Amino acid sequence: MSLLEVKDLHANVGEEDGQEILKGLNLQIQAGEVHAIMGPNGSGKSTLANVLSGRPGYTVTRGSLSLESEDLSHLEPHERAQAGLFLAFQYPVEIPGVSNMEFLKASTDSLAKAHNAEQPDAASFIRQVRTLAETLDLDPQFLKRGVNEGFSGGEKKRNEILQLLLLDPKMAILDETDSGLDIDALKVVAEGVNRYRSANNGVLLITHYQRLLDYIVPDVVHVLADGQIIQSGDKNLALELEAKGYTWLT
Amino acid sequence: MSQPSVDDLVAARREYSAGFITDVEADTLPPGLNEDVIRFISARKDEPDWLTEWRLQAYRQWQEMSEPDWPHLHYPKISFQDISYYSAPKSQADGPRSLDEVDPELLRTYEKLGIPLHEQAALAGVVPDPEQPSSNVAVDVVFDSVSIATTFKQKLADAGVIFCPISEAVKSHPELVKKYLGSVVPQRDNFYAALNSAVFSDGSFVYIPKGVRCPMELSTYFRINERNTGQFERTLIIADAGSHVSYLEGCTAPMRDENQLHAAVVELVALEDAEIKYSTVQNWYPGDENGRGGIYNFVTKRGLCAGARAKISWTQVETGSAITWKYPSVVLRGDDSVGEFYSVALTNNRQQADTGTKMIHMGKNTRSTIVAKGISAGRSDSSYRGLVRVSPTAAHARNFTQCDSLLIGDLCGAHTFPYIENKNNTAIIEHEASTSKVSDDQLFACQQRGIDTEKAVSMIVNGFCKEVFRELPMEFAVEAGKLLEVSLEGAVG
Repeated sequence: MSLLEVKDLHANVGEEDGQEILKGLNLQIQAGEVHAIMGPNGSGKSTLANVLSGRPGYTVTRGSLSLESEDLSHLEPHERAQAGLFLAFQYPVEIPGVSNMEFLKASTDSLAKAHNAEQPDAASFIRQVRTLAETLDLDPQFLKRGVNEGFSGGEKKRNEILQLLLLDPKMAILDETDSGLDIDALKVVAEGVNRYRSANNGVLLITHYQRLLDYIVPDVVHVLADGQIIQSGDKNLALELEAKGYTWLT
Repeated sequence: MSQPSVDDLVAARREYSAGFITDVEADTLPPGLNEDVIRFISARKDEPDWLTEWRLQAYRQWQEMSEPDWPHLHYPKISFQDISYYSAPKSQADGPRSLDEVDPELLRTYEKLGIPLHEQAALAGVVPDPEQPSSNVAVDVVFDSVSIATTFKQKLADAGVIFCPISEAVKSHPELVKKYLGSVVPQRDNFYAALNSAVFSDGSFVYIPKGVRCPMELSTYFRINERNTGQFERTLIIADAGSHVSYLEGCTAPMRDENQLHAAVVELVALEDAEIKYSTVQNWYPGDENGRGGIYNFVTKRGLCAGARAKISWTQVETGSAITWKYPSVVLRGDDSVGEFYSVALTNNRQQADTGTKMIHMGKNTRSTIVAKGISAGRSDSSYRGLVRVSPTAAHARNFTQCDSLLIGDLCGAHTFPYIENKNNTAIIEHEASTSKVSDDQLFACQQRGIDTEKAVSMIVNGFCKEVFRELPMEFAVEAGKLLEVSLEGAVG
C-alpha cells in the first residue's frame, strides 16, 4: 500500500469548464520516502498541492487520489487534514487577533478529536510548543502574536515547519517552502523537515531550486511539465536540471 | 449554583434556544395607549402622585414627537396603538414576598435560562447549603413588565447596597428615585425615551453608598414572554462618591412571528471618584432567517460622570434583535472623568443594527475610549454611529476611537458614521477605522490544519472581538464567545 497514491489525475482551475492544469498525473509515495517535484513556472506544481489538500477553486475531472488507500477526493479540506495530509503553504496567511498559540491548540485539539484521542492539557502543550519554537530559532514571544501577523517571510516559513513538527502528519506537502529564505533560514527549515522524516511518513517537496535538495536529500525527483510528470529519477536528476534547465526535457 | 449562564441559553443548538414560551396566566392590558392606560399602570404599581404626573408629562411630550428617521434601518412603521403596555403574570398580582410565592412555572423558565434564582437561603435567611456553593452574582429578573425576584438582598443590604425593582425603590427610597429619575435621560430626550418614561413597567434600581465597593456583581435578566406586549424597563444606577459597582444585563425573548418592541431606558450616575461598569449581553430573538419576527430593540442608555474622576464603562455584546438602535453614552461632566465604550455588534441573516456611542466631554482632562467591532454576515446590515463632542469647557479632553468592521460573505453591509464636534483646541481626538473580510484563504488555512469552517469562523471572529471581550467580566466573556459562535452558525458555506 502506498502512502500517497495519485492516479491519472486531471484537474481544472475553477469549475468543470475551467482550464485544465493537471493532465493525467501519476505519483506514488511510500512511507519513509521524500519526493521532490520540480518544474518550470506554470507546470502545475502548486495546483497539485492545492488539489491534494482540497483547496476550493479547483475541480478534479478524472483520476483518483488516496492516502493510505483512503479516497481523498470526497473529503472536505479539514477532513483531509484529519486523515493526515499536511500542506506547508507557499504564502502563509495572516489571521489577526487569533494568537499563534491559540491557533496551534485549536488545530491540535481538532485533530485529536477526529482521532478520538485525548487533547493535550494546556500546560504541557505550551511547553511542547515553546521547545519546538526554540529549535526553530523562533522567539517565544511570537507565539502570543496573531497567526503570521507581522511575521517576516522567514518567520512565516519557520512557523509552517513548527506546525509540521507539532502536528506530525502522515504526509507532508511543502509548497515552495524554500522560496524567499536566506541560507541560514533555509538550513533551519531543512533541519526541521529532516527531524520530521521517519519510516512512517512521507514528504513531497515542491521546489524551483536544487539548493533545498542539498539539505533535504530526496529519494525520488520528478519533473512536472504541462500537468504531467515527464521524468523521474534520483537526486542526481535535480543536479542535472540545475545545470541544463528544463528545456532539454520538454 | 451556576452563574446566569448565556451558555445555557445557546446550548449548542442551531435555533434560538431561548425561544420557548412560558405558559402562565398573564394579566395583560389590551393594546392601546392613552392617559388612562398610563394612570392604570401607575395605579397598578401603587405609585405616588408625582410619578403619575411625571409619566403623564412624558406621554404628552411623546405625542408631539416623531420617530427618529436618521438611523440606517429599514422597517415598517410601528403602530403604537397595537401594543399592550402592561403585562404581568397573573399570580404576581399581589407581588411575591419570597421565592416560595413565585409561580413555579416562572421558576422553571428561569431555570431553563440558567439564572440562579434559587438563592433561597439568602432570601429567606436560611443557613446556606454547603452542597450548593452560592454564586457571586445577585440577580434581578424582569419578566414582561414586572420584577420577579431579586436575590441576595440581605447580603447586599449588609453592605448598604440597595438593589431592588425600581417599582419597589419608588416606595422604599422615593427621595433617591425622585432626585435621579430622568436626570440623565430626560423625559423628552428622544421618541423612545419619552415613550418609556410614560409607560415604563419595571426594571432595576441600584444605589451604592459612599465609598462602598459592591461585594458582588449585580445582574438583571430581562425576558419578554407575552404576545403583543412591549417591554419598557427602566434601570437606574447611582454610584455615590468613591463607590464601585459592576452590573451585568442579559436579555431573551421567545420566538414569535410578529415583531415585539423593547424600548428601555438605562440611566447611570457616577458621583465623585465612583466607578460603574455596565455589561450587556443582548440575545433578544433576532427573527428567522427570512427576517420574520424578532425584537425591535430601541434603547436609550446613558451615564453621567457627575463628579470629578468618575468613571463609566459600557461593554456590550449585541447578537440578538431584529433591529438594534442603541447608543450607550457617557456625559463627562466631572473634571478628569473617564468614559469607555466597548462594543461587539453581530448581525446575521436579515438583522439590522445601528449602534454606537456618544461621548460628551464637558469637564477638564476628561478622557474617553471607544472600541467598536461590527460583524456582519448573511444579508444583514450593521452600522456604527458615534459622536465625540468636546465642549469649550473641556480643556485637554482626549478621545480615542477604534472602529472595525468584519464582513462574512458578500451579501452583508457594514457602515460607519462617526461624528466629531470639537469646540476646544486643546483636545486630542483620534479615530481609527478598518473594514476587513474573513477571507477564503484564512478559512482554508484553518481547515488545512484540521479545523472545520464553523470553528474557524468563530475563532477568527473571536480574535476580531478580543479587545472587547477582555472588558467583560470573566463569566460573561467565555459565554459571549460561544454566543457569537451560535449566532454565526450557517453564516459560511
